Amino acid sequence: MTNIKPSGFKYLKDVSSLKLNVDACIGCGMCEIVCPHRIFTIEEKTARITDVDACMECGACAKNCPVDAIQVDAGVGCASAIIKGWLTGSEPSCDCSGSSCC
Amino acid sequence: MTTPESTEIENSKNAAPCCCPPAETVEQSDKTPADAPCCPPQETASCCAPQDSDKPGYTLSPFVTGWIDTPTGQTPQIATRLTRTDLYGRWAMRWGIGRDRYRITPGLYAIGTPDDKAPVLVSANYKLSFDCLRSSLQHTDAWILVIDTKGVNVWCAAGKGTFGTTEIVKRCQLTRLDNIVSHRTLIVPQLGAPGVAAHTVKKETGFHVVYGPVRAKDLPLFLANDMQATDEMRRVTFTPIERFILTPVELSMMGKTLLYAMILLFVLSGIGPDIFTFKAAWTRGLNAALPLIAGLISGSVLTPVLLPWLPGRMFAIKGALTGGATALLLAATLYSDAGLSLTLALTLTVGAISSYTAMNFTGSSTFTSPSGVEKEMRLTIPWQAGSLLLAIGLWISSAF
Ligand code: SF4
Ligand code: SF4
Repeated sequence: MTNIKPSGFKYLKDVSSLKLNVDACIGCGMCEIVCPHRIFTIEEKTARITDVDACMECGACAKNCPVDAIQVDAGVGCASAIIKGWLTGSEPSCDCSGSSCC
Repeated sequence: MTTPESTEIENSKNAAPCCCPPAETVEQSDKTPADAPCCPPQETASCCAPQDSDKPGYTLSPFVTGWIDTPTGQTPQIATRLTRTDLYGRWAMRWGIGRDRYRITPGLYAIGTPDDKAPVLVSANYKLSFDCLRSSLQHTDAWILVIDTKGVNVWCAAGKGTFGTTEIVKRCQLTRLDNIVSHRTLIVPQLGAPGVAAHTVKKETGFHVVYGPVRAKDLPLFLANDMQATDEMRRVTFTPIERFILTPVELSMMGKTLLYAMILLFVLSGIGPDIFTFKAAWTRGLNAALPLIAGLISGSVLTPVLLPWLPGRMFAIKGALTGGATALLLAATLYSDAGLSLTLALTLTVGAISSYTAMNFTGSSTFTSPSGVEKEMRLTIPWQAGSLLLAIGLWISSAF
């Protein structure tokens, strides 16, 4: 019943700020583990981005890369937080208590 | 505060010595439907706890069923069944009632009877995260390290950095975890990864971070499987039910804004040929309040639930389309005698509100990127604001 292909949840194209520096990568595989959208694969001891448009810019990969080979502008994505950020000139932050179980 | 359920009262009468349950009694209490400790929570503090936790002014948390001795002192042992109070609390949380009081005291907790080889699971001190974790771990012996995320769930706290490296390092040191377990592995929920640098935790504490599955319900399998997660366990989902569960939060957040809008609307509705009349304010205002509510429901309930089936990638477009459809439905039924300009005002209002509230749902979704949301907002907010202004114009002029 709830079997929706992940592609039913594609967001905007060409907006993600995700960048991978292949030369710095040591192939440890952490990015592959932590990404909630399974965007990285490790091939021949280096990470590769499979589908950059599926990235939600959570920042988990960059934070856990031991050699800082990944860059992404992580942040929160709710509209009111972004408006607050625009108005106050600060980083958007939200008080959401959303998120499903855990 | 917590009214003991009848079963609990019975239990406390039947359980002969009213004292802290040792391991077997815990087993037994696990089987009782109400998941009761041997006496109701209020009395627990005075009659059940061992001496050193029996302090005036302290109450035992209702989910604590006993204590176990560890090399660093006594650790509270917690229930793995949720009580009715827990479930009520969960419901209240979703509607934004008393959200701030929903914190767990950070520190180490025990599930079952863990020894020095038992796994250590890290959790946020948000009651729902904690409840979800413990209720997933029936028949498991484990340590739970609750870190201070200021009562925010794992995912949001990780985004803010409160579920993060520094807090984990600090809690490991405060609880002297290295004296309690002989292994050096911490299981951190994968959704906490945006805040935690595994290599830094290792460097500072010696504990190796293993990322657990996204959903706590997969934990037993993950633990049995030598801490290996399948690809499915690592992928976030966004099922209709998951989306529906989130809608009350959205509703109650946006609802407050709309309440102010409605007050304004009643005032605006009163404006007419007679300058201002309360009668007009009431009849016209009531008619105008309905589209606001319709827009809210369309944007924060219908759109999220129908999300993947709605055309377009932008949430604002999905919301506007749902809003448009809702408005047409209203126009065909309740407002069938309204004139053209009023029908137009109705459609614009419902569409704009639905579009905006739907866009706000990006904050709860599990696949939208902030860069994308910002782009979408730049593109669509002018349209939403324009439609609303036009609708208000039409609305006011229709009174004359
Ligand atoms: S930022 Fe998040 S979603 Fe994007 S690639 Fe990294 S881990 Fe995956
Ligand atoms: S985490 Fe960094 S070093 Fe490790 S595989 Fe990914 S990009 Fe390469």
